[in-house]
Amino acid sequence: MAFGPARSAPPAVPAAPAPSALVNSPLHRFATFVAGCTVLLVLAGSLVTSTGSGLSVPDWPTTYGWNMFSFPPSKWVGGILYEHGHRLIASTVGFLTIVLAAWLAFADPRRWMKWLGAGALGAVIAQGVLGGLTVLFFLPASISTAHAGLAEIFFCMTVAIALFTSPGWIEGYVDHPDSLDHPALRRVATITTALVYTQILIGATMRHTGAGLAIPDFPLMFGHVWPTHWDPKIAIHFAHRAGALVVTMAVAATAFTLWFRGGRPHVAYTRPAALLIALVLVQITLGALTVLSGLYVWINSLHVVCGALVLTTSLVLTLRTWRTKFGTQAVRLRPDATPSAAGPTRGVRLQPDETTGARA
Amino acid sequence: MRLRSMWVSALGLALAVSVVACGGGSKETAAPAESAASGGGQKVDPATAGDINGVVAFEGTAPKNEPIKMNADPVCVKENTTPQEQETYEVADGKLANVFVYVKDGLSAYSFDTPTAVVTIDQKNCRYHPHVFGVMVNQPLEILNSDPTLHNIHALPKGNAEFNNGQPIQGMKTEHKFTAKEVMVPFKCDVHGWMNAYVGVLEHPYFQVTSKDGKFTLKGLPPGTYTIEAWHEKLGTQEVKVTLGAKETKDANFSFKAAAATD
Repeated sequence: MAFGPARSAPPAVPAAPAPSALVNSPLHRFATFVAGCTVLLVLAGSLVTSTGSGLSVPDWPTTYGWNMFSFPPSKWVGGILYEHGHRLIASTVGFLTIVLAAWLAFADPRRWMKWLGAGALGAVIAQGVLGGLTVLFFLPASISTAHAGLAEIFFCMTVAIALFTSPGWIEGYVDHPDSLDHPALRRVATITTALVYTQILIGATMRHTGAGLAIPDFPLMFGHVWPTHWDPKIAIHFAHRAGALVVTMAVAATAFTLWFRGGRPHVAYTRPAALLIALVLVQITLGALTVLSGLYVWINSLHVVCGALVLTTSLVLTLRTWRTKFGTQAVRLRPDATPSAAGPTRGVRLQPDETTGARA
Repeated sequence: MRLRSMWVSALGLALAVSVVACGGGSKETAAPAESAASGGGQKVDPATAGDINGVVAFEGTAPKNEPIKMNADPVCVKENTTPQEQETYEVADGKLANVFVYVKDGLSAYSFDTPTAVVTIDQKNCRYHPHVFGVMVNQPLEILNSDPTLHNIHALPKGNAEFNNGQPIQGMKTEHKFTAKEVMVPFKCDVHGWMNAYVGVLEHPYFQVTSKDGKFTLKGLPPGTYTIEAWHEKLGTQEVKVTLGAKETKDANFSFKAAAATD
């Protein structure tokens, strides 16, 4: 199957199948499973940092000279349990991503989805390399932060693939009478997602520069509402706290725009928005407890995971606001020039309005 | 782009990454050619050399050492049948052990041969032995794993090359040489987070770690005026000036207080 457009005009345009014919439930379930595994991977990675186990396995890609997959379980002790476990989960997610990318390439008729699958595969490979490099170079903050930042992007890609393969997305959320088009929400949700990602990058910088307790009290800072003294670590820590405030206001603005501007909100928006509000509240609580508990391992790690969930929930809401830009609800198909004898969705590609993203 | 070419590219990238990654075995920076410690070239005349003796005292009540839980590794639990704690404050009768005492300044006119004697740090019972010690620049340091479990020894110097070596087999030895003076270089084991040690790297042999009675001796110093520093992992450093005549023996005493502890 070709990624590019057909080289010759199709001989005839058959009757367009209904959008539901595009729905590939096994593929969607598998994509959701990969996204779920990625949550576990993020948790495993955050445990490595929280327990200070990042260098407990000094070599890479081997483990104490063993092939990673034959390293004896009896030796998974101390920090090795976290670091080696992280590597094994990452390898599993990498393998699942290969399957996902291949499945998308062969079974999804949307050209941009094939590229998204390939992009996710590239991201997970790059992520593995960054993980190895940060071990070989003794966890420099720059590489470790890049590793954390790319982890979030990869997680976003898996969630986006799960969303784009969902029946709701493919059918255009037509099962609800309210309008999906909400330009104001589209703007504010997009900004919110960008702010959440920026906040996560600041948080990752804080973790990997050891600034998690640079300001040791909460909600005050050195007993005051404003830090009494400054150094680079205090500045990074302060930026993360300020970022939390900004993100909270952005989420509040998103909720306000959804529920108080633009008529009755579509259920495709209200569910992720409600979840987003709940997750932000949990995240702020976890952030406070992380400081107050002196970076207790599990609280610290759950704070990282919850941050990733805030990001992807905001992303889902944002992407849904952009759904109307991806084409009409009645998706039409026409045969691809590439011969194919496989199932009904193989050998076809979407109309230009769908493949290019232009609205019909 | 055709699908097949995309898959070939991805496979090629993965293969290239594996080959590059497998190629690296040691992360340690290649050590420069061994050379004698730098200095002014003058040699110490044993006929005029003297000694500096001293005691490191501790005033007040010593903070409690942090207890160690070794549950993360069953082997470590088995190797230690009694409750374990850190060796941070080793105080007995008001005297402080594990203090690194050395000549900080006053020897710039002299040069010293690099000793060939091997200094050993042993990982035994999931602890480092010794906890605080010294070596000379380019002196061979043997790192030994006497435990039936695996360790990584991770040095975190600022002026030397950082290294992190895995020792998964009991009895494994690796050798390392520090190429620049540095007081102190911390060691840690990332597998067993409680394991820590400190080594002082100097260009001369005038250093000692206080024993349980807090005493130290710097023997065979040439006549001169010296800055003697006492270093403790939590209590910081103290300095005294000592002027030593030919064949003289002088005292240099230190006293730390609990309030000076830093975390």
